[in-house]
Parts: sequence; C-alpha cells; structure tokens
Amino acid sequence: MTNKTPLYEQHIQSNAKMVDFGGWDMPLHYGSQLEEHRQVRTAAGVFDVSHMTVVDVSGQQAAAFLRYLVANNVDKLQTEGKALYTCMLNEQGGVIDDLIVYYQAPEQYRLVVNAATRYKDLAWIQKQASNFVVDIKERPELAMLAIQGPEARDLTKALLPEALQAPAMALKPFSACWNDSHFVARTGYTGEDGFEVILPASDAVSLWQGLLTAGVKPAGLGARDTLRIEAGMNLYGTDMDENISPLACGLEWTVAWEPAERDFIGRAAITAQKASGDYPMFTGLILTEKGILRSHQVVDLADGRSGEITSGTFSPTLGFSIAMARLPQTTDETVTVNIRNKTFPARIVKPPFVRMGKACIDIAK
Amino acid sequence: MSELPSSLKYTSSHEWVLLEDDGIVIVGITDHAQELLGDLVFVDLPEIGQEMSAGEECAVVESVKAASDVYSPIDGKIVDVNTNLTDEPELVNNSPYGDGWLFKLKPADATALDDLLSADDYSQVIAEEG
Repeated sequence: MTNKTPLYEQHIQSNAKMVDFGGWDMPLHYGSQLEEHRQVRTAAGVFDVSHMTVVDVSGQQAAAFLRYLVANNVDKLQTEGKALYTCMLNEQGGVIDDLIVYYQAPEQYRLVVNAATRYKDLAWIQKQASNFVVDIKERPELAMLAIQGPEARDLTKALLPEALQAPAMALKPFSACWNDSHFVARTGYTGEDGFEVILPASDAVSLWQGLLTAGVKPAGLGARDTLRIEAGMNLYGTDMDENISPLACGLEWTVAWEPAERDFIGRAAITAQKASGDYPMFTGLILTEKGILRSHQVVDLADGRSGEITSGTFSPTLGFSIAMARLPQTTDETVTVNIRNKTFPARIVKPPFVRMGKACIDIAK
Repeated sequence: MSELPSSLKYTSSHEWVLLEDDGIVIVGITDHAQELLGDLVFVDLPEIGQEMSAGEECAVVESVKAASDVYSPIDGKIVDVNTNLTDEPELVNNSPYGDGWLFKLKPADATALDDLLSADDYSQVIAEEG
C-alpha cells in the first residue's frame, strides 16, 4: 500500500509516470524529464513534495533540544523565519537524516525531514525529546509544493494569500514567512531561486492548478534528481546514510564546531574522526568524454586506491556527465572511472556544477 | 499505446529487427522500450566487425536516469552502426523504427529470424509485463 499525496489526481491528469518513492506514489516525469529540467533552469517548474515530513517542535526547551539534536547550531537563527540546513547524527556520527530547521519564534521551530526516513526520524526525535520540555508534532495534514526557477517567485506571488504576498516577495534566500494556513520559504533543492510552500492539503490542488494556469510546468522526481546533482546537493540514502559522517559526504560546512561546549549527538565521534584525519573526501567529478557516470561506479586513483561514485547523471545543462564521489583523500586532479569494464578519465571538480542557470564548471580549464 | 509495425520482427527484450533485401538486418529498440527509458542521452554502440551471438549484450542505451543493455537478436556480424546517435541519442526517442536504428548485422543464418516474435506476439509480451 503506497501513500498518495493530495495532488495524486493532478499528476494523473498531467499524464505523469508514477513510481514508488519511499512508500509514496510519486510522479517521475510528465513526458520528458529533460524538458522539465530545462523548464526549471530557464523559467519555472513546480514539484509536489508533499511526501516530505513536516515536524513542529515547540515548548520551553525547544531551542535547547535542537541544540542537542542536530549538528548545526540553531543559535545561528536569530531572526524569525531564518532557516538552517543541518544533519541529525547518531552517536557514531553517522547521518540519520538531513533536514531544514526554520525558526518561527523563541519556542517554536519547524523541521522538514525526508519522506523515506520519516518513521525512524520521528522515533529518534521522540526518544531524544524525552529529557526535554518540548512538544513534537508531525503535520501529516500539510501538503508541500516547491516552485523553482528564475520566474518561480513572480509566477507564484499572486496565488499566495494576499497578506503574504509582500512578505514572501521580500524574503531573503533561506528564510520564510507564514500566516495561519500558509508557510512560504525561499528555499529549494534545484540550485534555482524559488519558493517552497507548505499549506493545508485542501488548498494544495487550487495552488497547483493556479500555477499551471500561470504557465508553471509540473516537474517530477527525475528532474528533481538531475537538478539537485547539478546544484551539488546531497541526497539522503544515496550520498550519505547512518554509516557516513558529515565529514565523509561534503557536509562538514553544516557542522557547528563552535561553541566547543555545545554538546550535540555525534559530536564526540566526529571530533575524533576529524582529529584523526582518517576519513574520505567527497568531491565532484566531470566526464567530458561520451559516457554517463552513475552511482556505485568504481573510481580509481593513480596510486591504486579507489573510491566510489555516490550520485551520477548526464547533466542536461552542461551536456556531459557529472557526479559526486567519495574518494580516498587525494590531491590528484584526475581519476579513472570504470564504466562497464572500460576506463574513462574524469576530472575532480568542486561542486556545484550549475547554479542559477549558469555553469559553474569551466571545462576548458 | 506504442507503435508496433507489423513488418518487423521483435524480441522479448524489446529489440526490433528488419530484414533488408540484401540479407542484412537492421536492429533497434522498440517504441515501447524507448518510452520506458525516457529521454536518451547516450548510446554505446558495438564495433563494426564484432561477431555477436543471439542474446549477447552488444549496445547500451542510457537515459537520464538509467543504463539499459541491448541484446543481439540473432547470431551474426556487426556490419554498420548508427554513428548519428553519438551526437543525437534522442533520435531513438523521436524515431525508434527509423533514424533511431542502432546497428546492422549480417546474420549467420537468416532463418534465425523465423524464431523471433511477430508484432502480435510482442504485444502479448508487453501486455504481460503490465
């Protein structure tokens, strides 16, 4: 039995090819994944991300709880509406999930976690919350739409509740505003500008239809994946999991080491790992020859050590293949990738590959 | 419903085969197969002169999302490949039975084609896949 989002019928009407994703019946594409990708890079696309899990954390010790629960520090959130990207670690320093924390009020935070990790996340959060005066509330009645692309905000504006239109357009990147029903964040998973709107399921269909009428095209999970890889953004379960620390998946930047006295789950383990220097690097690869980099392909270094691609795809924007890979620490600039028993030279680059419609990689270099 | 020309022979692994007057066969993937794969972005073709056995992997078609093997429908030798696909893999999506052909084989035994599926047989295969 798979879950269906409030927009299921809309997907069927738009001729979506539906697939199971983390127990949810979700649109893979609506005809052409490449077209949807280009649409988001050049105009605007809308993704149904209602499968993602919204969890509200409130109470007297909400901040203290989150300071302990996640590896980034919610004390960085000093302005109402600011968002923080973070990992939630286990005691071994492995990533249980990556999530966004929104600061709504001194005793009120909103978390958005992944769909496939929903049950284990909630169980973990509830367990850790038992020592804090805090209330954890999942919000399964809410839907979520991500409208992404250079025209996304302009095309969405008129469809928001009137009182939210001006505040939404005034949002700085990575911040949110809300009223009693709607929550609008200037966030996303594509490397483009845009909004993520969390709203009651009963309002989701009319927003979806309004967006389509305004010229925003529906985009599926296929395009979402190629867009996020181009943007150099990690996917949980693919680029990291409970056995991978933030240091080994390119997410050290999300770990708040300071202040040193803040205790958070996994801190001791990743501190020791950091001190030992004994962990893999996480980097981007590009293949300018014909061929496609894919997850699990083996990457060989010149000295015989090897690593693995975690996410790979053809980049529709760049016209060649790109990947993210976990490799032994190296200063090499090129590596060899094994594709179907043939070897191809690939270049090590620092993601992102594409941001705001523009290539970030100079292949002539 | 995808297109299934009755003039072609088919395999259960979604290749189509056309016997030309000169005894050479043209091989591609079916409309159904390209629909399942989605937008193709890369095609890895065999070498001319390669000897293939029926059922052997001889090409790879890659969509944005996944790589998929293409099998030789019969025993034979590769005599030509569609080099246009190197720069325009989308030809397979746009014209699976025409400009999107993959390779040409000289059959070891032309009667092997008799064992391949008719359009009706192949439509059964698709129907059973659900």
